Amino acid sequence: MEDLLAARLQMALSLGFHIVFACIGIAMPVFMAFSEWRWLRTGRQAYLDVAKAWSKGVAIFFAVGAVSGTVLSFELGLLFPEFMKHAGPIIGMPFSWEGTAFFVEAIALGVFLYGWKKLNKWVHWISGIVVGISGIMSGIFVVAANSWMNSPTGFVWKDGKATEIDPVAAMFNDAWFSQALHMTLAAFVATAFAVAGVHAFLLIKNRKNEFHKTALKIALSFGAVAAILQPLSGDISAKDVAKRQPAKLAALEAHYKTSTHAGFVFGGIPNNKTEQVDYAIHVPGLLSYLAHGDFNAEVIGLDKFPKEERPPVVITHVAFQIMILSGCLLALAGLLFIIFSTRWKNILGKKWWLVFIAWLTPIGFIAVEAGWTVTETGRQPWIIYGVMKTKDAVSTMPGLQYSFYSIMAVYVLLTIIIIWLMRKHIARLQTDYPSAKIETE
Amino acid sequence: MLQIIIIILAVAFILYTILGGADFGAGILEIFAGRRGERTVSKAIAPVWEANHVWLILAIVIIFTGFPLVYATLSLSLHIPLMVVLIGIVLRGTAFTFRYYDVSPDKTHKYFTSFFEISSFITPFFLGITLGAMILGDIPPDNAGSFSERFILPWFNLFCVAMGLFTIAIFGYIAAVFLTGEAKNTPEQRKYSRLSKIFLSSTFAMGLLVFLSAEYNNRHLLADFFGSVLCIISFSLVILLIPVIFYLVNHPKTIYLRIAIGAQVALIIFGWFAMQFPVIIFEKGGTHLTFYNTQAPYATLYQLFIALIVGLILIVPCFYFLFKVFKGSDE
Repeated sequence: MEDLLAARLQMALSLGFHIVFACIGIAMPVFMAFSEWRWLRTGRQAYLDVAKAWSKGVAIFFAVGAVSGTVLSFELGLLFPEFMKHAGPIIGMPFSWEGTAFFVEAIALGVFLYGWKKLNKWVHWISGIVVGISGIMSGIFVVAANSWMNSPTGFVWKDGKATEIDPVAAMFNDAWFSQALHMTLAAFVATAFAVAGVHAFLLIKNRKNEFHKTALKIALSFGAVAAILQPLSGDISAKDVAKRQPAKLAALEAHYKTSTHAGFVFGGIPNNKTEQVDYAIHVPGLLSYLAHGDFNAEVIGLDKFPKEERPPVVITHVAFQIMILSGCLLALAGLLFIIFSTRWKNILGKKWWLVFIAWLTPIGFIAVEAGWTVTETGRQPWIIYGVMKTKDAVSTMPGLQYSFYSIMAVYVLLTIIIIWLMRKHIARLQTDYPSAKIETE
Repeated sequence: MLQIIIIILAVAFILYTILGGADFGAGILEIFAGRRGERTVSKAIAPVWEANHVWLILAIVIIFTGFPLVYATLSLSLHIPLMVVLIGIVLRGTAFTFRYYDVSPDKTHKYFTSFFEISSFITPFFLGITLGAMILGDIPPDNAGSFSERFILPWFNLFCVAMGLFTIAIFGYIAAVFLTGEAKNTPEQRKYSRLSKIFLSSTFAMGLLVFLSAEYNNRHLLADFFGSVLCIISFSLVILLIPVIFYLVNHPKTIYLRIAIGAQVALIIFGWFAMQFPVIIFEKGGTHLTFYNTQAPYATLYQLFIALIVGLILIVPCFYFLFKVFKGSDE
């Protein structure tokens, strides 16, 4: 395997693995704190049980998130030392803030997870709030560092070196807001629907279980709101990408030829030889509108870029389609949930609805993975857009594939163990939590 | 400002050695002294290990932001040992958490325990190797030479192995002393106080091996040692603390014991820093990487400085609270 490919695959794997746990670490504390707050206000046992059962799962996910995040902080250099040599001083600032936020999160989570008995109820609850806030902050800082790679600012590139570095300008680059917003919402959507799906699945067999009903209601409510907001944030992102990274926009829509009144391509497989998208549905003018807010605007195509500066079109386009489709599906589910809950009292008791929600379990995370594929692959061949190419940043150590294989082995093993542990955790719910035995009418 | 950043880096490093070292060491002790006291170990580590671990991340972030060339050199030349460290960190953290949460006494528990113990041993070994490579000075400047000159020989040698063993010994020692204070009953406490003494002797022996192997690998560490007054003073204090710690492990006054062991470890690291300051990485041929010739531009250091100060203002009270809640007198 070529070293560059091995390094990119290892980075993709490490990020793709970590992001699942990062999302859970961002969203779950908010759900737990919410449930605990409901318990403090109403005194209903189910709320407390749900918060406790979730927190036990979160402890496992958070541990994996913490160590896989550490892996990333080293891998940036282990795989792309030339990138970090130049980028370190420029984007180190968001990373140091991220470190701080994560520190606070880890401490507060320690207090939250292990302090059920030792602390005053409200102090305990506040520690949960702190976990939630610092989790969201640390996500935003990391994404700010990533967005700089898409929208590099805050320095002057001269003779292969960065000069006149301004870390503040680098952090608040043009892409940070749209990316941070999109990612934070995505964390909530993906986690909420995954959690909802699991509880819905368990409810199918045991339709009146109060514990699962409570959990499902909380997860779906958060998920619905976030999923409905997500397309709006996606629109902001799309307009931003159109302005800053026309090559990425062209690749994710497989838009080969620059044109006005550009059509939006649904699905299909791009063919780089004929420069057409096979088996796709075209909606005339929609791409122009989505990118620039005008059905007749000109959208720059891949033809404006030399072949060696085009991102891999097939991967980017397909990943983008998967993301959009999953996102729309979840937004629809969210909308239906809100409509149905105002119409019918007992939507959570209807089997067809529970089956539908259970099927949606992985969709949010599929969208997250696809979305990151779009951002990262769509930026290629650049590691710092327009400044440094990925192939010039990669480590000069031969045999990088062995690093990749070992990390892959470890992560595959961990994935299997985590799934197995979660099944075990779920199987024990009835014995561990009183409300998991209660039936509602 | 640069000085303060360096001090914070040193403090992060010292705290990681003490706190992370105690966590790793607990796993090392299990290998040598059996699993009696597993609950004590788990209870002591579970709430704090992730937070302890962040000191390492902090140190890494300071290095790649403030001294990017150091980070780039480390991660290029020491790719292999660092990769092992990473896998070790992942396996240890997850195996520990899985073991703690999945208490059913079946076979998997045993597997988790073996993973936890083995990775608790290997990770510090390779951390020590990495530090050894920074001190030894066999890293070629500009990464020139054959594959083994660039990626293997800088860390695969007697001195670095000795550093690895030294790290294992000192982590075990820290853990034994910490756990003396955590022990729930007298036999457990006796076990850990005995282990403290054994591991202190091993630390000493390994320290000696480090200096001897340095001479063997043509790195005249002894000369550097006697050339630094601060180093001699801190080392003398380390020696003076030994009888104090011996007294305290037999009459556990947890808080004093912890201060003493903390001070001892801090002094060892301080002595090492003093000995080689301002060099961070010794390279072949004398073009060493120092804090001064690798520092990031002023604007970066300034932002880093602010982030660190604000961070510490937030973190220190939180940390205090965490330890107060969980390490406070449990009756």
